[in-house]
Amino acid sequence: MALLELRDVHKTYHLGGEEIRALDGVSMDIEAGEFISIIGPSGSGKSTLMHILGCLDSPSRGTIKLDGLMIEKATSRQLASIRNQKIGFVFQFFNLLPKLNVLQNVELPMIYAGANAKERRDRAMEALQLVQLENRAKHRPSQLSGGQQQRVAIARALVNSPRIVFADEPTGNLDSHTGEAILNLFRTLTQQGRTIVLVTHDPEIAALTPRRIEIRDGKISVKVDPRLAGLDRVPAVAEPGKAA
Amino acid sequence: MNLWNTIAVGFKEIWAHKSRSLLTMLGIVLGVASLVAMAALVKGMENGMRESMVAMGGADKVLLEDQEVPPEQEHLAEEAPGRTMLDVISLRRSAPLLKLVSPEMELDYTTITHEDKMVNPSECVGVWPAVLDMNLHTLEHGRFFTDLDEENANSVCVIGTGIRDELFGTPEKAGREIVPIGEVININGQPFTIVGMFTRYEGEMDRKLRELAKSKPAEKQAGPSRMKGWGRRGGWAFTRKNMTVYMPLNTAWLKFRSSSGTNGMPDPRLSSIDVKVSDMNRLEPALQQARNVMMMTHRGIEDFNFRTQENQLDTINQQIRNARLSGGIIAAISLLVGGIGIMNIMLASINERIREIGICKAVGASGFSIFLQILVESMALSILGAVAGIGASYGLVKIMAAITPTGNAPVITTDAMFVAVGFSAAVGIFAGLFPAIKAARLHPIQALRYE
Ligand SMILES: Nc1ncnc2c1ncn2[C@@H]1O[C@H](COP(=O)(O)OP(=O)(O)OP(=O)(O)O)[C@@H](O)[C@H]1O
Ligand SMILES: [Mg+2]
Repeated sequence: MALLELRDVHKTYHLGGEEIRALDGVSMDIEAGEFISIIGPSGSGKSTLMHILGCLDSPSRGTIKLDGLMIEKATSRQLASIRNQKIGFVFQFFNLLPKLNVLQNVELPMIYAGANAKERRDRAMEALQLVQLENRAKHRPSQLSGGQQQRVAIARALVNSPRIVFADEPTGNLDSHTGEAILNLFRTLTQQGRTIVLVTHDPEIAALTPRRIEIRDGKISVKVDPRLAGLDRVPAVAEPGKAA
Repeated sequence: MNLWNTIAVGFKEIWAHKSRSLLTMLGIVLGVASLVAMAALVKGMENGMRESMVAMGGADKVLLEDQEVPPEQEHLAEEAPGRTMLDVISLRRSAPLLKLVSPEMELDYTTITHEDKMVNPSECVGVWPAVLDMNLHTLEHGRFFTDLDEENANSVCVIGTGIRDELFGTPEKAGREIVPIGEVININGQPFTIVGMFTRYEGEMDRKLRELAKSKPAEKQAGPSRMKGWGRRGGWAFTRKNMTVYMPLNTAWLKFRSSSGTNGMPDPRLSSIDVKVSDMNRLEPALQQARNVMMMTHRGIEDFNFRTQENQLDTINQQIRNARLSGGIIAAISLLVGGIGIMNIMLASINERIREIGICKAVGASGFSIFLQILVESMALSILGAVAGIGASYGLVKIMAAITPTGNAPVITTDAMFVAVGFSAAVGIFAGLFPAIKAARLHPIQALRYE
């Protein structure tokens, strides 16, 4: 059984009589321990897909199963606990709390998990060390650069040791060196059994992940799957996979 | 998320908007202050009334009054005997349910002089020793009348401190206690020897004030000495009681009633008979018994009536209840207005924090923990306001006491404080409920997209 199963997921927005199909029949499986990139042009529905995968949003139609649990049947309490325990989310626009300092921002998910103060501090510092920001723990998000804020957001996503991490453009604001460090971090995490799904514009970054999904107008247009291609490592130029 | 964290975050949020929070709390502060102060005033009033009640002889005192004969007995009105010693003796003998029977023969328009000083007592009465228990008198100096005084109609009297103050000077001015036992004063021109003096009757507050004044060294007073008299501030009941002059009943009868009356016998009618029943729970049967005796002595002419203090007690309680109710309603309305202020601010606050709430939900905050957060903040505002309001109520009570100095000092009660804090907490919950539900229902992604 796959960790995440999507079946014919649609997300439709209605804006003044006009119908916007942000997702138009997406089906996919994500196995535990996978490292997946999702690429596609702007407005193609990547963020929408990520939000649905991350149990932040619900589809207009279709089903999602996480760890065998039908998400649309879950109570809001269960969803909150899933978001807290199983899922780490790195938003495209960081979404840090401006009133809290870096350390407190990273501690936030653990507060809702009910961890005690010392445990929170220790694990938040560990997470900050992973993104090399331990020396900025007492700073406010507004005192950090965009890339640094991005890394704080990553630390926050990792702090509860979730099974699956969704990262929306995690390297978009980073220089290639730091971006690579983050990618290496993600790769290490997948080797520890965690699942990483990242959205990117950059084909070079997408090329570094074993599995790649291309999305266009809310539909999956290209899938590159190492299991189908029989490859461990995907070459930089995308091979045509099976159309969805 | 544990409760401590929620509370800590709530206080941080309040602290982050100091002036806004302060203004919001002001409504609650004023509401609580007025509630507590109002309760204090009513309590003071109640204490004053109770004190006066006791000063007048307590709740178990029953007055036996004259009354017009009923219409069907009008032809017998001429025969109406009035209240006499015969009634007193019969009641004492035949009405065992009565604990005390105290006959009084009051002298009207008395003037008492001593050397060049003159005073009009509140009452100058011929009495039996039963009057001490009847009117709750405490003899502090000298003695009360003996049977011999009564028998011989001796010209002796017992006075209240008010009379002493007027005729012999006040201890405050003299700096020492003045006990005029053995002095001779003239009551309507007839010489009387003072054999006893009562203690000074005063309200709780007056006693405190006086003791305070005593402990402080006497301050030099500029200008003529003004009447800062203690008796004047205290309830009229105490003033009245301090201005009492008693003499043996027989003395009053023989010395002052001798000019009136018929057949060479002074007018035997008493001005009043007061009784006390042994058991307040059996007031009705006791009074019925007394009535039966009286019917006998009055040969069936019903020219008397019993008046209990219960009516008065009821009136007092009614007044207190009314004052409490109207005060409570006003305070409750102002607290409610304060609550609306809090609700308004909480709504504004969650509107400001929609994105923040979205983020919290995205990282795993349940709707309940968001709900709790808003509710705790709203409650913290109202409870902080309540605590500040209790502080303010002390000031308010001082101001009110200064504006209207009465004998009944307002008393701040812990009951009122608990009610105020409890009510404020309830107002806080009520005010936070709607915003909290609204916040808890926010959809994470919509909240995150909110600009
Ligand atoms: N709340 C919304 N209301 C209406 N339309 C929406 C809403 N959210 C997304 N859309 C539309 O859905 C489509 C997909 O948006 P989405 O944010 O998923 O794109 P994206 O692939 O993440 O783009 P980018 O690479 O620029 O981040 C867009 O056309 C967008 O306008
Ligand atoms: Mg996007």
